[in-house]
Amino acid sequence: MIDKKILSDMNRAVVEGNKDDAQKLAIQAIDENWDLNEVIENGFVPGIQKAGDLWEKGDYFLPELITSAETMKAAMSLLQPELKKKNLTAKTLGKAVIGTIEGDIHDIGKNLVASILSANGFDVIDLGADVKITSFIETALEEKADFICVSTLLTTTMLKQKNLIELLKSKNLYGKFKVLVGGSPVNSKWAQDIGADGYAENAMAAAKIAKSLIRT
Amino acid sequence: MIKTQRPKYRLLNEAFVKKIVNESYLILEKYGVFVENKEAFTLLKNAGAKTDESENRVFIPQELVEKSLSETPPVIELYDREGEQKFTVGNDEIHFDPGSAAVTVLDHESKSQRRAKTEDLIRFARVTDAMENIDFQSTGIISSDIPEIISDSYRLYIGLQFSRKPVVTGTFRVEGFKPMHDMLAAVRGSAQNLADKPLAIFDACPSPPLKWSNLTTQSLIDSARTGIPSELISMGMTGATSPVTLAGTLVQHTAENLSGLVICQVAEPGSPVIFGGSPASFDMRKGTTPMGAIETMMIDSAYSQIGKYLNLPTHAYMGLSDSKLNDNQAGLESGIGAVLAALAGVNVISGPGMLDFESCQSLEKLVIDNEICGMALRLVKGIAQRDEPLAVDLFQDITTESQFLSKPHTRKWYREEHIFPGIIDRDTYDEWAGKGKKSAAQRAADKIKEILEQPVSGIDTSIQKELTKIMLADAEKNGLTSLPEIKG
Repeated sequence: MIDKKILSDMNRAVVEGNKDDAQKLAIQAIDENWDLNEVIENGFVPGIQKAGDLWEKGDYFLPELITSAETMKAAMSLLQPELKKKNLTAKTLGKAVIGTIEGDIHDIGKNLVASILSANGFDVIDLGADVKITSFIETALEEKADFICVSTLLTTTMLKQKNLIELLKSKNLYGKFKVLVGGSPVNSKWAQDIGADGYAENAMAAAKIAKSLIRT
Repeated sequence: MIKTQRPKYRLLNEAFVKKIVNESYLILEKYGVFVENKEAFTLLKNAGAKTDESENRVFIPQELVEKSLSETPPVIELYDREGEQKFTVGNDEIHFDPGSAAVTVLDHESKSQRRAKTEDLIRFARVTDAMENIDFQSTGIISSDIPEIISDSYRLYIGLQFSRKPVVTGTFRVEGFKPMHDMLAAVRGSAQNLADKPLAIFDACPSPPLKWSNLTTQSLIDSARTGIPSELISMGMTGATSPVTLAGTLVQHTAENLSGLVICQVAEPGSPVIFGGSPASFDMRKGTTPMGAIETMMIDSAYSQIGKYLNLPTHAYMGLSDSKLNDNQAGLESGIGAVLAALAGVNVISGPGMLDFESCQSLEKLVIDNEICGMALRLVKGIAQRDEPLAVDLFQDITTESQFLSKPHTRKWYREEHIFPGIIDRDTYDEWAGKGKKSAAQRAADKIKEILEQPVSGIDTSIQKELTKIMLADAEKNGLTSLPEIKG
């Protein structure tokens, strides 16, 4: 059993977005050979959940939320290689391929979603911005992903979200991956019209929808 | 006679403006901008900029920026479709145009948004054409009944046929420039006539922070070489894609605009450029980009001041709202924005009709906003001295029975001094109730019906044929064999 105080320190580091503390605690956990899955599940994960709750309540705004997510990521970046060394895998809720669609190099919204998904326990493969429809699909196939998450900021590139779904259909891959769409010109009606599995208006909502879809 | 004072407001003092400009010079020189376009990269390099090829990064020295500034015309003249009416873009002249580019239109009856079709684009151009306080049209709606690949040229194709007004537009693909330029040249008779009498402004958006995509850079180069004014649309979002402080965002905004201006000048010295943008106060709660936020309007007004300090024509997205329908929020955000833009002397003010974070056009809002624009235009005309003395003589025969209604002085000046709205309600209660207790949006909808019953300000048939030929060729190149039917 790990000292409760240490676990609550981990929790607090994430809630407060203190990367240095989070990484120090992660290193301590590795050095002292603690059960890393316990460290993650009872130390860091409750922190990101708390940050999410604070967001829901309206106490946290995006700068706090994203800092917590990045703190979580910073801790995980140390813990995950250790797990691998021990032939353990971190528990993941699912694998998501994410990117901003071709023709569009705006990626702030996509970065937010990627951070929050990964902080919430998803394995996220971020393809960056200006990503070809075909690379979304190829990567999803190679990585055996559960989700393809497609972001767009421009009204002109949102139409390519539709093309992606059409391409999935023509390759008989429709339904193999859950497709989530987002971006400022997009809404739930659009998601429905083009046959996407979900739309989220913000990063927290994206994590929620991804969690609900993985259960179905 | 006392000269009329143009009402103005300035958010920054000169020391502050200089500080922002100086910091933007530093950023360009020290940290540079990312330029994806190879030709622009080479042009900048040849003009003396240091480059880092591995990162597509260009470091622009202050001397090159200053040289480019000295080459850029302070004033641009646009002409309407017939080449008759001239519009000066510069000084403190203001011109409104509808906000662009919406993917949806607001359906007045159902109060919901829907995808736009060709007929919506036509209605939009025709209503814009009828708005007396909106000088320019914009290709402000994207049509869903044609393939997206040709949606840039197609909206211009419709706009040119159904409105006489100069047009604010832009490309969505590198290949879009040629057909669009060809259409504009067809209207003028030749490419040279078009360069002599510009008919369109092309918007080009850098991607914050400090990135120029291949597409937007190509648009800058192509526009510069054909005499089409480029409107630079920097759009930092405070705390997300630009510094969170308003002043910090202004520094980035200035650096982005100046780098775009330099690209235009190295492509073609003396090419027309408009210092513009669509930055926003990023909402840290919702992750949205409110155009109706007062901080957004403050950034807009301040960068317009910076543009003027640099002796450039200016543009801003103001007079628009984030509301989803024509309610109080739509009116108040649009009203405040339009008035502040007018007072700031923004030359091209893009906003009317626009809702929902620049994503939805409402024709009813366009008609209501036309009245807001009228008020803003009246405001900046200021208070004039019409007579000498002002009023003393009007009182020489005063009695207890005196009134002013029947005085020749009243008759002489009332139309000059006052504007008369058409949508704004000034009825007595009974009169208003008698007309069916209509809201402003309902009255606007009635007005739209009236406008659409009027004849189209149609284009010369031989030019129309030429436009259709160009559009069809572009469509065919992209796998389409016919265009949607056009019903005037």
